[in-house]
Amino acid sequence: MNISLCINGQSRAFDAEPRTLLVHLLRDEAGLTGTHIACETSVCGACTVLLDGKAVKSCTVLAVQAEGSEITTIEGLAPGGKLHPLQEQFWEKHGLQCGYCTPGMILAAWQLLERRPDPSEEEIRHGIEGNLCRCTGYQHIVDAIQAAAAQMGGKR
Amino acid sequence: MIPAPFGYKRPGTLAEALALLREHGEDARLLSGGHSLLPLLKARLARPGVLIDIARIPGLSGITETAGGLRIGALTTHHEVEASPLVREACPLLAEAAGRIGDVQVRNRGTIGGSAAHADPASDYPAALLALEAALVASSPDGTRSIPAAGFFTGPYESALKPGEILTAVEVPSPPRGSGEAYLKAAQQASGFAVCGVAALVVPGPGGTIASARVGVTGVAAPAYRARKTEEALAGKPASPDALRRAAALAAEGVEPLDDFYASADFRRQLARVYAERALAEALRRAKG
Repeated sequence: MNISLCINGQSRAFDAEPRTLLVHLLRDEAGLTGTHIACETSVCGACTVLLDGKAVKSCTVLAVQAEGSEITTIEGLAPGGKLHPLQEQFWEKHGLQCGYCTPGMILAAWQLLERRPDPSEEEIRHGIEGNLCRCTGYQHIVDAIQAAAAQMGGKR
Repeated sequence: MIPAPFGYKRPGTLAEALALLREHGEDARLLSGGHSLLPLLKARLARPGVLIDIARIPGLSGITETAGGLRIGALTTHHEVEASPLVREACPLLAEAAGRIGDVQVRNRGTIGGSAAHADPASDYPAALLALEAALVASSPDGTRSIPAAGFFTGPYESALKPGEILTAVEVPSPPRGSGEAYLKAAQQASGFAVCGVAALVVPGPGGTIASARVGVTGVAAPAYRARKTEEALAGKPASPDALRRAAALAAEGVEPLDDFYASADFRRQLARVYAERALAEALRRAKG
């Protein structure tokens, strides 16, 4: 089937089977390997991308379901190489060790700050409940999101 | 994990979707958010030949006020229910249950109609829909009918929907004036599904009594159920901690609890009692405001 998507601001067209998962289309067809695959069962959140501005687990979305939609992957957060405040603060506050969960974690955090620009620590922990990190124990991730919220001053 | 091949149809109207469903019969499955169906497809627990994607059909999503309560389109996502000022004001129990489903990403995609039609015995909505005495509206080529929640959930992954019917809306009557409500659950750690979820709705009576209570229980047995014995034990009784505990002790009476890897039947029975007591106490506290 023909599938048209706007990925990170660029219109792209693909020919894919209906059963193609969005995460595979992004990685294998669009070449955007920043979106990671881990559990493949909508639990771990590593494959999180923004679909029309909403954080979704791209292992549990068919590419055809996204037809005509705008997708933002981790690559799209840093246009021209200028890091998003979330990326800067994950770096600054050591919000990652191995980095496998980081793209999904950052996009989940993006969704959180979009809905709650000045979240409490509890709200941050609730906002990343769909993302698993096996390295950091989460504290540095929470710190990074808090710092990014402060840096963004209530703006997206 | 990639699903087995299937055909894909995206009808533009409800009538087209119903016609496709009639044409393909049992070989077809409806797709909306896909958060119940896609995991089944990946695990080969379902092998439909055709998916009918109803996600973009106009008129099947959104929350509107009706004369007696709220009408929630089947395609309304859990996040939309959770965040809706209308639902939070008129029917906070439903917003609370929606907010406990899965996680942020799941709630962005999953829909109330999809969840109800899938009828997972560990899903959150059934407890709230039972306690709220909601009705589920189904369309077929013959017309529409309204199915009370009490008769909708018929077994594990089984509902009263007939072949060829599409669930189009959920109608939630306004809770009685002055009532308090709460949904509490013990979640399975990895998946977030309810090992036990209790939705309680308490209407206070005069002189520190309970006029009536409704208790919906999910996760404990299949299907989700109303804990009628608990409700009967509370009607007209003083709203004392002792009375709540005695009534909550009956929350798993007359049901056969599920028994699996995550929780034994005995443990689920115990969870039902404990969570019923806590949910009733919290509902009562909120009623007092």
